Amino acid sequence: MTASLTLVVLMAVLFGAGISVMLERSLTRVLIGFLLVGNAVNILIYLMSGAPGLAPILSPGVDEAEISDALPQAFVLTAIVINLGITAFMLALIYRSWWLARLGPKGDLVDDEAELAEDAEEAADLIRSSAADDAAIQSIIEASDEEFDEELEREASARDDEHDDEGARR
Amino acid sequence: MTATLVPLVVLLPLLGAATTLILGRYRRAQIAVAVGVLAAVTVIAAVLLVMVDTTGPAVVYVGGWDAPWGITLVVDRLSAIMLLISAIMLVVVLVYSVGQGIADQHRETPVSIFHPSYLILSAGVFNAFIAGDLFNLYVGFEILLAASYVLLTLGGTGERIRAGVTYIITSLVSSLFFLSAIALIYGATGTANIAQLSVRLAELPDDVQLILHLLLLMAFGIKAAMFPLSFWLPDSYPTAPAPVTAVFAGLLTKVGVYAIIRTETSIFSDSDLSGLLLVIGGLTMLIGILGALTQADIKRLLSFTLVSHIGYMIFGIGLASLLGLTATIYYVVHHITVQTALFLTTGLIERFGGATSINRLAGLLKASPILAVLFFIPALNLGGIPPFSGFLGKVGLFVAGAQGTAADAPSGPDWLIWVVIAAGAATSLITLYALTRFWNMAFWRRRDELEGYESVLLGSVLEAPEGATVTATRTTPVLMIVATATLVIVTVCLTVFAGPLFDLAGRAAEGLSDPSIYVSVVFPGGVR
Repeated sequence: MTASLTLVVLMAVLFGAGISVMLERSLTRVLIGFLLVGNAVNILIYLMSGAPGLAPILSPGVDEAEISDALPQAFVLTAIVINLGITAFMLALIYRSWWLARLGPKGDLVDDEAELAEDAEEAADLIRSSAADDAAIQSIIEASDEEFDEELEREASARDDEHDDEGARR
Repeated sequence: MTATLVPLVVLLPLLGAATTLILGRYRRAQIAVAVGVLAAVTVIAAVLLVMVDTTGPAVVYVGGWDAPWGITLVVDRLSAIMLLISAIMLVVVLVYSVGQGIADQHRETPVSIFHPSYLILSAGVFNAFIAGDLFNLYVGFEILLAASYVLLTLGGTGERIRAGVTYIITSLVSSLFFLSAIALIYGATGTANIAQLSVRLAELPDDVQLILHLLLLMAFGIKAAMFPLSFWLPDSYPTAPAPVTAVFAGLLTKVGVYAIIRTETSIFSDSDLSGLLLVIGGLTMLIGILGALTQADIKRLLSFTLVSHIGYMIFGIGLASLLGLTATIYYVVHHITVQTALFLTTGLIERFGGATSINRLAGLLKASPILAVLFFIPALNLGGIPPFSGFLGKVGLFVAGAQGTAADAPSGPDWLIWVVIAAGAATSLITLYALTRFWNMAFWRRRDELEGYESVLLGSVLEAPEGATVTATRTTPVLMIVATATLVIVTVCLTVFAGPLFDLAGRAAEGLSDPSIYVSVVFPGGVR
């Protein structure tokens, strides 16, 4: 069996790069790695068809022995279509997990079935604003705590030098 | 006649998926189409089983292209058995999910995409069972995997996305292994047709055979969740909706087991990995069940028992004897029904008790005796208590193991088989222990024995403080109970009709043990 050295090297590079990217934590990189390795496998299938020849169309005057093996090409085409579908799903999944990561635990409340993108945006805005409200309330609570602490301190200092305080009031 | 029926088992679910997708807004029509399609496939599968059993395997050359080049669909007895049992299971789970969907309009299970995905999953499973060449098997796997990705992340909540990512990436890697294996096998033999492979692979040097064999086994091993490739399963299955988990647990791993059976018998008939499979089988059983012991959550517990019981089937395949294969086929059928029944019951427990953890469940026996019966029978069955099919399957495997040492000993040493048999017996007992522990805590324990018990109503009030949606406890629809009960009855039938079933499995195993039968069916004029 004869094989093109360029293709073999390309396949090896794609496999190596793909696997190393796939080992990253980020989902987007896993997808990129999957695409690279997927294409490496496709090249592997193609390499297995043996020496390249004429286009696999049997017409008068074409020697059967000279045409290339069509079956691996059909395999590769099928595999490409499957990879395309999986990639589309992975992108949706990445988008969803990005959405979840951005909105935190409340991300679950965003409805994918919202008829319009605007609805989703609105829902997201609502969540963001409610999150902002929560943050505002939290900061008010913390601030009041601080004021309370300051008051306590003031009282304490007032008790310490009562005379001065009384003097100041008069 | 038989030949015309074969493609229908894939075509009907695919057409049904398209129809249900169009009917997305009409739920009743969707349900009618989905149930109708799967019921039709069940009938077709039953007819196929009878015809294949009486007149021999059915072969279809799709598009009229002859065997080595075109797509070949082959239904032998094993395929027909798998088709029938999976069709029955898919119908029952669909009815269950319809019952659940009618009861609660929950946004975590958007029904408009559930039915199309479910039907595509069915088409993928059926396609994998009737595939006559490796590449078509790969396509079948991809169809069912793509649908399973959608079903597992249904609703897209944070928890499900997290669980889904583990599952999806593991499956992608396994698919890449599978495709690479196909490429290399094609390079070595110039064919992907299973019948032609069984002839041509045997002519290859032993070391080349071994590499190709291991590569294929690894791809299927991830799908079948055999140790040490089973880590992903308990993390990804439990978060999905109850019917989805039930289908995945019952069926998807068994598609992997089916592929391993084909690999060991039809494809690599000459290359023998029995010793390795025996060791893997034993380890899968023991390590899986030890994981189950520490689980408080019944869904995770069942996921671990699922992994562990895959070990029995691997053990049976590893024995490679006629009786071993017979018992394995019987065990696969038993395990599909019993594991699905248990997961469906778990869905009912979750509805009824409001939780799946033994730390929060108590008094279910008094609250719902029906539920208790529905859990108790499959639990004893899985644990291998004598009258049930789990016991019969395990005895079959152990007898096969004991015989395997005598006459046609596989490559593994004799003592290895006895060690694995001991591991199998221990696994059976530990399964029983894990399940009775759950039974004692959730069903037998009185409600007042549970400290800090909160009623379901209180939990739902706490979750939705506005109180607008909470008017009463969630009712358990009759349809869900009927579906679960049907499956439990099927498991009991497997026990009652164990004799004829074992005979059928025996005939299926006979067809597998001699690959030349398979070859002569696909190539009536002999292989070129």
